Amino acid sequence: MSESPNSSHSANSSGTEKPEQGVPLITEADIVAARQRGRELALGIGFSPGDATLIATAISELARNIVTYAKRGEIRLIPIELNGKRGLTVVAKDEGAGIPDIRQALQDGYSTAGRLGLGLPGVKRLMDEMEIVSEVGVGTTVTAKKWRT
Amino acid sequence: MEVPILKQGAYLIASIQAALSDTDLLHFRDVLMKSVGQYRARGVIVDVAALDVMDSFGTRVLGDIARMISLRGAKTVIVGIQPEVALTMVQMGLTLGAVETTLDLEEGLAYLDANTKPAAER
Repeated sequence: MSESPNSSHSANSSGTEKPEQGVPLITEADIVAARQRGRELALGIGFSPGDATLIATAISELARNIVTYAKRGEIRLIPIELNGKRGLTVVAKDEGAGIPDIRQALQDGYSTAGRLGLGLPGVKRLMDEMEIVSEVGVGTTVTAKKWRT
Repeated sequence: MEVPILKQGAYLIASIQAALSDTDLLHFRDVLMKSVGQYRARGVIVDVAALDVMDSFGTRVLGDIARMISLRGAKTVIVGIQPEVALTMVQMGLTLGAVETTLDLEEGLAYLDANTKPAAER
């Protein structure tokens, strides 16, 4: 990226907090921290407040999945650029039990923890692209992208 | 983080001031439920204007709160859902069901005034 956003989350900042770094997810408080970080980064990239809220909410759902099911993992927030279009990639990675049936996990109303079951389908609706790679016993990686409009 | 709950006449006004963790939200639900009995409240306003994210968990718990309060015989109004939050909820397909919502605290109080009975009339 030739031009870094005018924010403290610049990829070139000399500080220890680069956006490429993962936000560790172990406790519930980390869910709030991850989505706040995502919102700041999204606003820095130039997303509208509405889209920044969509992104923050998607991060919240992904982070909660990790804390609830996998117990620990991380969220990586990566600013992206393609043909002059900017965006944000959210990578949620855990080393939990994995999802045996991804298609089922993407169905509305499906939940193994007695929740509303809108987590992953909700993320798919909020973001422009979503990909799930999961292996039982190894872990799950969800990659979701949102492009600036 | 504690959510302050103010008593105003027969109503309770709970203003969520900042982002709450899941545990904080469940704790708030339990405290509010006790307060309804303790103060014999007829109406409850939950002000969420300061909430910048309402995900599936937050929406579910807020709906639960309103339904639980209804079972305790009082009315609940959720006030102050931000436009960005409303947009996100609609895109995700999240709804609060039959829970009453109003633009702000003022509208919420007006709703309760119109829809709750004073003690003597009950």
